[in-house]
Amino acid sequence: MSETGSDRKPAVKAGDSAQGRRNKRVALICVAAFAGMIGAAYASVPLYKLFCQVTGFDGTVRRAEAAPTKVLDKSVVVRFDANIRDLPWTFTTEQVSQDIKLGASGLAFFKVTNNSDKPQTGRAIYNVVPEQAGAYFQKIECFCFSNQTIEPGQTIEFPVVYFVDPRFAEDPETKGKSEITLSYTFFRAVEGDDGGKQADATPRIVQPLGGTPSKGL
Amino acid sequence: MAHAADIDHHDGHGADDKPPFFQRWFFSTNHKDIGTLYILFAIMAGIVGGALSGLIRWELMHPGIQIFSETGLLAEWGVFKGKHGYNAVVTAHALIMIFFMVMPAMIGGFGNWFVPIMIGAPDMAFPRMNNISFWLLVAAWILLCTSMFVDGGPGHGFGGGWTIYPPLSTSGHTGPAMDLAILSLHLAGASSILGAINFITTIFNMRAPGMTLHRMPLFAWSVLITAFLLLLSLPVLAGAITMLLTDRNFGTHFFDPAAGGDPVMFQHLFWFFGHPEVYILILPGFGIISHIVSTFSRKPVFGYLAMAYAMVAIGFVGFIVWAHHMYTVGMSINLRAYFVAATMIIAVPTGVKIFSWIATMWGGSISFKTPMLWAIGFIFLFTVGGVTGVVLSNAGIDYSLHDTYYVVAHFHYVLSLGAVFAIFAGFYYWFEKMWGVKYNEFLGATHFWIMFVGVNLVFFPQHFLGLDGMPRRYVDYPDAFAKWNYVSSVGYMITVLGVGVFMLVLLEAAIRRRKAEANPWGEGATTLEWTLSSPPPFHQFSEPPVIKADDHH
Repeated sequence: MSETGSDRKPAVKAGDSAQGRRNKRVALICVAAFAGMIGAAYASVPLYKLFCQVTGFDGTVRRAEAAPTKVLDKSVVVRFDANIRDLPWTFTTEQVSQDIKLGASGLAFFKVTNNSDKPQTGRAIYNVVPEQAGAYFQKIECFCFSNQTIEPGQTIEFPVVYFVDPRFAEDPETKGKSEITLSYTFFRAVEGDDGGKQADATPRIVQPLGGTPSKGL
Repeated sequence: MAHAADIDHHDGHGADDKPPFFQRWFFSTNHKDIGTLYILFAIMAGIVGGALSGLIRWELMHPGIQIFSETGLLAEWGVFKGKHGYNAVVTAHALIMIFFMVMPAMIGGFGNWFVPIMIGAPDMAFPRMNNISFWLLVAAWILLCTSMFVDGGPGHGFGGGWTIYPPLSTSGHTGPAMDLAILSLHLAGASSILGAINFITTIFNMRAPGMTLHRMPLFAWSVLITAFLLLLSLPVLAGAITMLLTDRNFGTHFFDPAAGGDPVMFQHLFWFFGHPEVYILILPGFGIISHIVSTFSRKPVFGYLAMAYAMVAIGFVGFIVWAHHMYTVGMSINLRAYFVAATMIIAVPTGVKIFSWIATMWGGSISFKTPMLWAIGFIFLFTVGGVTGVVLSNAGIDYSLHDTYYVVAHFHYVLSLGAVFAIFAGFYYWFEKMWGVKYNEFLGATHFWIMFVGVNLVFFPQHFLGLDGMPRRYVDYPDAFAKWNYVSSVGYMITVLGVGVFMLVLLEAAIRRRKAEANPWGEGATTLEWTLSSPPPFHQFSEPPVIKADDHH
């Protein structure tokens, strides 16, 4: 601090003295911390997505390749919910709910109609409630895995093949739960977003893989 | 800028040669002048933000729509039209009070003025950067004010609350008002980050010989911790609002569920900034209160090191509790349990501080001068707000009280009453030091008592409204809530009277011009600013003071 001795100007010119160099170094460390936190904020986007998909956090439903081999005697009620946002479509579920044994594959159908006079592409976003069930509710086949384009006036029935992982019965957060709600919302597909395989009018599969309409509903 | 002339008259020091008016106040590199600019700016913004809260209380005084109608007076003026106008006013009130009143007053104002003096430094480490910090804030202010008067989508201005959650801030507000608000936050954030870097460098490198960190006054400690919180949390806000900006204008989908984005992630990012932010608002207040309680009890601060490290602990824990603002987004029970526990832990260092203030007063020779009244008022009100905070930290209770007036009452007790009382306490404590004239003790005490009654009357009934289930951010309410809303609005009128007395204090002091003493508070005032004249010379500590081990903090 000696150089400030008789100097009228209190400003320590950065870089031209020992004090200035020390100040510059601290400031540079601070700038690095700033840049690091900006980076962390952006890195949180892919990390958060990855985290949700890996853990099923916050009701993120995961995609499975094959059904589990073990089927428990305990069953849960799976409810279905279908919503539309910003699309001239009708989107309904063909069953209100299904009873399904833990570990067994279920098959549910959803019906979509394009009421407009133009082909429209939509993307279904999904979630389950309770959120903790997200880790165990898995889908093998779903229209929500890709964009769906529907011709004017066309009606398509989409099958969803899903199962509830038997570990649902062991997790303390979910073992008392007897109901799972699967909710879909069709959004207008975003331009430039791929995954857009044209949906064929999937013929209705005659033999359900499992799951019976829920009694009492 | 009338104060420039005031100060000029009272500087009789040969070491002073001040630049001419325009250079002094517009190209200023002097930490005291910049501090003065910040304080004047904060008073101006506080009056605007206070006027906006007046519109809110006016509207809510009775059930039904009072002033935010489609055809009323405000609509005729073309501002704040209809129910969206109410939301825009609430949003502007919050943003102005947080970014343009409390932060400039505490960090920019008192921090700039007194941190260099307290650590025995001649000025800040980067004086010209200090100037940029201030003028960036002015630019941010202009952007925010412009935002209120341009199209937001549903009407003039942005009405989505200071938390700017998407999708309301993206597809819900398609007009340019939100973009202007985002850019305003960018500039205010840049201003604060430059300021934070400046404070960290100053405090680490420019302390006088013998001024070790463990001998440093608590206000300097509090500003150092605040600067670190700013440096680590503001970039996250900057990142989040930049994502909002690109979501709105450049076709990205960070928060757009239609393309696989997640709006809840914005809440995580926002509150990772937002929770440290509320400590940024209050920590410098903690420092100010410590000085005042010690000065007017004529005792050194009880548990100095515990006080300093309690602030460090509050700052650290403040970074890992953010999701208690969003219990209702559907977190798992384990996550909620963690955030409940972590949040409650903050009550421990905060309790250490409250206890130490009381222990400082205990057995002291207390004089109830105006700053001490504000400080004791602060301790009481902050404790009330802290208790309701512990209530709200319980996820189960928060499920029912989330977004009700109970939350509004809670954060106004800690911020509007806590932080603002700390600012007034500091303002009166350093009044003579900053302006070089004395204030009128009777008027100061009157100001305190009127404000104390007024703000309690505004916010205490809001606890009842919240417990009864009145939600936040609505322009109207059922008749059942009429009584306490009326009381709350009457409290606002009393508070306005208090602000009027504050203006009288300023006016009286400016007219009477009683000459300030170097140390009006006597032996209790031990920090370095009291060793200088009032106001201090334009450049102080050309010869750095030497601090010995037995000096009080």
